[in-house]
Amino acid sequence: MQNAPSLEMQAELYMKMQVVRLLEEAIGRLHKEGRTRGPIHRCDGQEAVGIGATAALEREDIVTSTHRGHAHYVGKGVDTGRLMAEIMGRATGTCRGRGGHMLVADREVGLLGGCGIVGGALPVAVGQALAFQVRRQPSVVLAFYGDGAAQIGACHEAMNAAALWKLPLVFLCEHNLYGLTVHARAQSSVADLASRAAGYGIPGEIVDGNDVLAVHAATARAVQRARRGEGPTLVEAKTYRLLGFSTSDVGGYQPAEEVAAWKPRDPIPNMAARLAAELGADRVAALDADAAAEVERAVAFALESPLPAIGELDAGEYVKGAA
Amino acid sequence: MAELRYAEALHAALLGEMRRDPSVVVFGEDVGVYGGVFKVTRDMQAEFGPERVRDTPISEQVIAGMAVGASMMGLKPVAEIMYVDFLPLCLDQLLNQASVLPFVWGDQVTLPFVLRTQGGAGAGAGAQHSKSLEAMVAHIPGIKVVMPATPADAKGLLAAAIRDPNPVVFIEHKFLYNTRGPVPDGEHLVEIGKAAIARPGSDVTIVASSRMVLESLKAAEALAAEGISAEVVDIRTLRPLDTETIVGSVRRTHRCVVVNEGWRFGGYGAELAATIGELAFGWLDAPVARLGALDMPVPYSQPLELATIPDAARIAAAARDAVRAGHG
Ligand SMILES: Cc1ncc(C[n+]2csc(CCOP(=O)(O)OP(=O)(O)O)c2C)c(N)n1
Ligand SMILES: [Mg+2]
Repeated sequence: MQNAPSLEMQAELYMKMQVVRLLEEAIGRLHKEGRTRGPIHRCDGQEAVGIGATAALEREDIVTSTHRGHAHYVGKGVDTGRLMAEIMGRATGTCRGRGGHMLVADREVGLLGGCGIVGGALPVAVGQALAFQVRRQPSVVLAFYGDGAAQIGACHEAMNAAALWKLPLVFLCEHNLYGLTVHARAQSSVADLASRAAGYGIPGEIVDGNDVLAVHAATARAVQRARRGEGPTLVEAKTYRLLGFSTSDVGGYQPAEEVAAWKPRDPIPNMAARLAAELGADRVAALDADAAAEVERAVAFALESPLPAIGELDAGEYVKGAA
Repeated sequence: MAELRYAEALHAALLGEMRRDPSVVVFGEDVGVYGGVFKVTRDMQAEFGPERVRDTPISEQVIAGMAVGASMMGLKPVAEIMYVDFLPLCLDQLLNQASVLPFVWGDQVTLPFVLRTQGGAGAGAGAQHSKSLEAMVAHIPGIKVVMPATPADAKGLLAAAIRDPNPVVFIEHKFLYNTRGPVPDGEHLVEIGKAAIARPGSDVTIVASSRMVLESLKAAEALAAEGISAEVVDIRTLRPLDTETIVGSVRRTHRCVVVNEGWRFGGYGAELAATIGELAFGWLDAPVARLGALDMPVPYSQPLELATIPDAARIAAAARDAVRAGHG
């Protein structure tokens, strides 16, 4: 395989997926205990997309995310303690508790950032990529969006503009078959969203979104193309959301057979088996233990952290000084 | 000090800022080769090239979103939305991105961009090209809203807007582009957030913005002939509002008319009237009179169109009533 990551890197990708899974399970428990606020969107079953794609980036590259961004956040290198603190509205969160789980940003690691408006970050990503191009910076923007977001006008505007100007931008469509509760077949004129790339004159590639190495390889090709100044690529990762839309989803629209068919494709046990064959079951168990310990630390850090002080609202609505 | 048209003054400000700061970029529909449908970016692409002066597709969401994204990454975009009537197409980017991100991302980004647009009725452009939607943007926290009335302010406020670290929506008026006035040469900056006394007076304060300042000045001239001394306050910046200058004037004159070309109901005049009511109630000798556009689409046919927006005669009548009420 082109650019196949080393076994050590594969182990890291696996561990990051496991961190995301365990972090979300912890969020699920906290939600049941009534300790979280608002709806939280988990990505159980989709971890390979966010982790595999972000692994193809450099620190200076920028990621724009969605309402379902935990794997993007962790993949881009956000500290899990500060991430968890943000999700719990704490002063130590990456955004000091102002953003919450849908609006996480961390400039230090190139996450700018989460977005709760479906498709809303895509025009912003165009601007970020434009700045890289105009300023002759060799960085790229990786913009995640969903199969639901693919149907919004902003997505079309962004793709046309990015293709027109050959911006260093990778559109990564996380196709999990649903936009909220509505199946893609009831939302999209085409089953394969990558086919739309042809309409913008850019390459479109379909990849198994449950295979972290395949996602990584496809994204890496797209990133290299963008860095060479050849413009955007649309990568469509086929995946599936094993749980509900969010913590407030009451279900009833994902047929049991569909979930059952996707369950064996869960990227985490599959990657675990692959790694165990190469590195041994003990190593995988050690990675699992490391991931669990990291999540435990992150949750503890978040819960110990203070809530923000009301006084910070007095700062006023504007930034002062010169631009 | 040269005598310039409002459009030329805007052009001078843009030119000055682009020469001064290579991170300033201009983009929008028809701004490049053609130089903008109101010619504000005339000849700029020839000087700065198509990368810094860029024609965009007809994609308002991308124009605004690009301003957000590019400004957070170090550029200073001056984006153009051809008509304020098209601003709703990119309102999401203003409301849900520009207003939101600097604060909710915990001060990790600033968004130093300007979104230039123009509005106003009276040109026979019809209901979809004649509105005044400043109240809609002035409602949004974190965004500054500027509406210059004179060529000098057009230059000074645009330069200041480009240097401002916050998003600025800069609303021009299609009827003002050809108006002339003295404009300082070279660098000229007018502080955002400061109103101006366009004409001093002692009997009644008329608070107005954009083209309504010119109508208010005409009204003040007519009132002077009747022995009524009207003070005209040009608010220039709608958000943040210079309440000090406005309230200071009302406390001196004890009567006030607020004039805005946008719809009256829920309009910008309501904000002005409420602010004056809160801060100058004890000084008022008459209720604050509020003039705005009729609450309906702007008709095409000229007599109908002109009947929907405030003008000098209506402003003078409102001021006269306020003064009479004050004596009663
Ligand atoms: C503009 C907009 N419309 C609707 C919503 C409500 N909403 C939130 S997520 C979502 C579904 C999005 O589907 P998709 O893009 O496929 O993402 P997924 O949830 O599957 O990850 C909807 C309709 C929203 N947040 N923003
Ligand atoms: Mg989806």
